[in-house]
Order: sequence, then C-alpha cells, then structure tokens
Amino acid sequence: MAVRGRRARARAADAAPEAGRRREGHRWYTERLRANAGAVRRRVHEGRLGPVPALLALAVTWSVFQGLNDNFLTPRNLSVLSVDIVGTGIIAVGIVFVLLIGEIDLAVGSLAGLAGALFAALYVNLGIPEWLAAIVAVASGAAAGAVHGFSFAKIGVPAFVVTLAGLLSWNGLMLYLLGTESTIHFNQDGLVAALTSRYFSAAVTTYGLAALGTAAYLLVSYHDRRRRSTAGMPCRPVGEIWARTALLAVVAFAAVHVLGRFEGLPLALVLFLGVIVASDFFLRRTPYGRQVLALGGGVEAARRTGVDVVRVRISVFMVSGTLAAVGGLFVASRVTSASQVPGSGMLLISAIAAAIIGGTSLFGGRGSTWSALLGVLIIQSIASGMALLGVQPPVQFMITGGVLFTAVVFDSLARRAAESGWRA
Amino acid sequence: MPVQPLLALRGVSKRFAAVQALVDVELEIRAGEVVALMGDNAAGKSTLVKVISGVGPADKGVIEWQGSAVQIRRPQDAQVLGIATVYQDLAMCGNLDVVGNLFLGREIHRFGVLDEVEMERRTRQLLHTLSIRVPDVRVPLAALSSGQRQVVAITRSFVGEPRLLLLDEPTTALGIEQTSQLLDLIEELRDRGLGVLLISHNMGDIKAVADRVAVLRLGRNNGVFDVNTTSQEQIISSITGAADNTTTPRPSRPEEAWP
Repeated sequence: MAVRGRRARARAADAAPEAGRRREGHRWYTERLRANAGAVRRRVHEGRLGPVPALLALAVTWSVFQGLNDNFLTPRNLSVLSVDIVGTGIIAVGIVFVLLIGEIDLAVGSLAGLAGALFAALYVNLGIPEWLAAIVAVASGAAAGAVHGFSFAKIGVPAFVVTLAGLLSWNGLMLYLLGTESTIHFNQDGLVAALTSRYFSAAVTTYGLAALGTAAYLLVSYHDRRRRSTAGMPCRPVGEIWARTALLAVVAFAAVHVLGRFEGLPLALVLFLGVIVASDFFLRRTPYGRQVLALGGGVEAARRTGVDVVRVRISVFMVSGTLAAVGGLFVASRVTSASQVPGSGMLLISAIAAAIIGGTSLFGGRGSTWSALLGVLIIQSIASGMALLGVQPPVQFMITGGVLFTAVVFDSLARRAAESGWRA
Repeated sequence: MPVQPLLALRGVSKRFAAVQALVDVELEIRAGEVVALMGDNAAGKSTLVKVISGVGPADKGVIEWQGSAVQIRRPQDAQVLGIATVYQDLAMCGNLDVVGNLFLGREIHRFGVLDEVEMERRTRQLLHTLSIRVPDVRVPLAALSSGQRQVVAITRSFVGEPRLLLLDEPTTALGIEQTSQLLDLIEELRDRGLGVLLISHNMGDIKAVADRVAVLRLGRNNGVFDVNTTSQEQIISSITGAADNTTTPRPSRPEEAWP
C-alpha cells in the first residue's frame, strides 16, 4: 500500500551500477544505506512523507486498543470493521479526487443518503427491478456531481458554496423521498443487500485472490523493471522487488487468514480494494489522471499546456458524486434500509476526515486514493475500539476530531516545507 | 522577399476590459533568426507571447504561418504548428516531477496508459543533449532550486521538436554560467534553422544573440532595429518613448488612443 513513498525513496539510491554492486558488496550496502538515509531526511524536510504518518497512526491506534481490550484484534471485530469501512471509504475515494484538484465537495454525505433513498423508493415503493433502481441511484450521483461541477467550473461559483447548497438540497430531496415513515426497508436477499452480506469462505477462493493480487504486483514490478533496464535506465534492484512482494504477500495472506476465521473474505472489502486499485491506476497511469494532478499543481500552468480545465473539473465532481452514490448504496446495504442517517452529516465528516487523515493534502496536488483506505481504517478503528471500551460518542468525536486536527496540521506543515523549497 | 517568414503577425489587437493591451501590432520572425522583443513594463510583451502561444488569442488581426493565415485559438493549435513557449512565470506544476512537467499536455501513452519509461528515457536523453544536470528526474519540481526549475522550463520547450521558440525573460533566474549556456543554445538553434522570439530586459544578452530588435511601446509597434547597425541608446530611447519611430504603415486612429 505504501508503494509510492518507498519507491521514490529507494530511487535515489539506485544510481550504483550493477557490476560494481557485486564486486564490492559490503561498501555498496553502506553507501546505499547512507544514500537512503539522506533521501529520507530530504523527504522529511520537504514534507513528502507519503503514507508513513498514516501507517504509524494506524499501528498506534491498533496497539493502544488491543492493549486496552483483548477483543479488539479478534477475527470477529476485524471482520466487522472491514465491512464497516467500505461505505465511508468509497465516498472518501471520491473526496480524494476533489481534494487533488484543490477543491472540496460538501455534498457527498447528502448524495450518499439520496442514492440510498432513491434506490429504496424506486425498488420498494414503485416496484422497479432492483438492478435498474441501483443504476438510477448511482446515475443520480453522477448527475448531481455534474451540476456541482458545471456551476463551479463554468459559472465560477466557489465549490464550497455550490456543494453546501447541494448538501441542503439533496438532503431535502432525500427526506422527501423517504416520506413520513422516514425509513424504507428492503429485501435482505437482494443484490444490494448482498453487497455487504456476502462473504467468500472457500479457502481456494480467498487464498487464491490473495495469491492473484500478489502475483499481479510482482508481474507489474518485474515488467516495469525489465523495460527500464532494456532502456538503460536506473531500476529497482531485484531483491527489493521480492522484498516488497513478500511484504504484500504477508499482509494479504494474514488478512485473508484472520478474516477466514470468522465469516470469510467480505465481498464488500474486495470491491472496495478494487475501487482503490482502479482509481489509483487512473490517477497515476493515464493522461486523464495526469491532468487532474496538474490542476492541483497549478491551474494556470495546466491551462497553458492545453488542459481543458472546465472539462476536468466537471469530471472530477462527477467522479465524486458517483462514488458518493455507490458508497451510499453500501451504507444502505449494511442496514438493508434507507434512512435519514447518512444525510445527517457524520458520514460527510468521516469521509472528508478519512481522505485527509490518510495523507491526501487539503491544498491540492498531493495524495493517493490509498489514503482513503488508511484514513477510513483509522477512523473506524477508533470508533470500534471506543465502542468496545464502552466510551460514549461525545468522547469519540473529540478524539476523532483531535486526529483530524493533527492530520491537517501535518498537512499544513508539509505544504509550508514544500513551499519553502519552492522559494529557495 | 524570396522566403516567407516563419511567423507573421498582421494588425494584431487585444483588449482586456478597459485596457487596450495590443494595438495593430505587426511582427515577423523568419526561420534561422533571433528576434528580440523589448519594451517597458506593460508594453504588451507577455500579452503578445500569449497571443502566439494560444493561451490568450487575439481579438483582431491575422497570424500567418509560413505565408498562410492560421487560427491559434488554443495552446494545442500552437503546439501542432511547432511553437513552443517558455513563460516568464514558468507555468509548471510543483507537485509533478521533471518528467511529468516536461510531457504535460503531450503525454506519451500506449493504449491509454502513460508510458512512463519512454517519457523518462526521452527526458534523460534531452537533458543529456542540452547538457543540463538535474539531480533526479523523479523528484517533484517544488524540490528543485529556482534556477533548476528555469532550466527544466527551457528544456520543456524542446520536447516535440519546435520550429519557433518563444522565450519570455528566460534568463531571470539563471546564474552567469547558465545564462551564457542558454545564449549558446539559442545561437545553435538559430543555426539549425529555428525561429526564436526572445523577450528580455538585458541589452547585453540581446546584443549577443539577437539579429533584430522589435520594440513595443504601450501596446504598439515602436520600431524594428537591426542590432548590428543600431546604437544601444537609440533602442533605449525607443523603449522609453523618447523617440517615436512608428514603423506601422497604418496611421493610429484617434479613437484608439491610450487613455
């Protein structure tokens, strides 16, 4: 998961030629170590730490709660946690897109609620086929995102205000759809319910998925290395590729093993990871993603190189709206009903907090969709640990708020460090 | 004239709200020629660059490329013609690395997937040919010094083999050695048959590399001089307005006079 940070750090040390590496192995390793230390120091100085602070925070959170209560790191609790994070997490992925262009979307919570309500109203009240109702619900998110994006990019209303208006309006529409009963229950055996109730329990499938993911990572790394070395460019040492793959394998197989001891590998978690891998690929490996990042790095610079700023901005708000709606379906699926809860504001706050705590910058241009996973894991772990300890929500809010505050302070310091580098 | 100029502006005008930034500007740049564009602050130099690079298209006037009229409405139009620009404020993304900035807007991709290896290979090659040293082509641009960023901005204009280079104050952040390197580079490009438009306040640089100097004053042409036969004082007085040698054939219309 920490792919990005470690790769860049290691790159600085890759300059040594391969022949020399074998001849004077020992000296080479000390030098490499020194180069690595220098690179780390430089990255700390420039505020480019990637996912390291978030990983540390997660480790601390888990150790503390496990220390206070033995039930925290049990298969059962981790399994529940791994499904609970998905709804908020998918919404946070959309938030990452918006944060990357240096904007904010305050309407995602309301859109998630609206998607759930729209789905339930169409499916239960009007008897429309379930799959069609789900598609319409997701499309409503995309459409609302397009409206936000258009008002912001074309008319020039600040995104903050557009999406604040959206927050109110879509919440109103959701309440209207839910009607006087305020909750619509739907079929527990349906498609949407299956999103969070289906588990892969056969060992062949679960371990197979873990092996597949690891193998795919290894293949991509190897392919990249081969192309680079054919082109005569510095590339990652083979040993490092194996070390990374081993690390990934340990995490993947451990997760599958632990989750398998309760109900199995949740379908929701697999889908969430799929969304993250796909969105990360789009952001880092396609021209479109490059344009999104360029917009976060400087709107005017992007415009002058021919980026269609209006189009990219609208598309980013559409991505955010769509993922909010998808996340909303997962949230509804968890309780097999559409209610007022998602629109209440906590979902919005958690999603934005998750993206930032995970390491995506508020100031645009820096971040990755993996931060949605890390951030939402931290937030839900705190919530779950507090619930285990019997701590009341007020205290929980204060602690989550403190974590968010710390993350934003880190982010601001990193930005200042990066800017002082810019001025030098 | 036997050969058509590479680029010719005919009667180009541009207005920003109440300010008439360019009035009937004429300019010709031939292949294998370095034209310096001089003028005081707010003379319209950067506006003219943006007209040619497609960032801020002209309201009026004709742009001719090798003798035929062309439309430059977007940055891509200029790119297709082979016009590359180094902006005064560099216009680069601090969060992207050197490779990302060099290929921004003209990414190399295979089946819609960015070909990072090929882009990095070409970046290294280009840096090598221009004998430019950058510590690491994969660090974010924000981590480089301002001189290095300037060098990267100049390097970027060579991606895609341009035919006309617009340089808006390219030497401001450069040291003495880097400046003389850049001037050598400009001369080499001229010898290879490229057209160069160089905006600078530095008379020394201009005397060193430019063939002709075009002066803008308050958005209008105020003379075109041959660098070898014109004295420095003459050019300076034309910039400051002490001498009004309007070479524009059209008479300036009274209703368009500067407020």
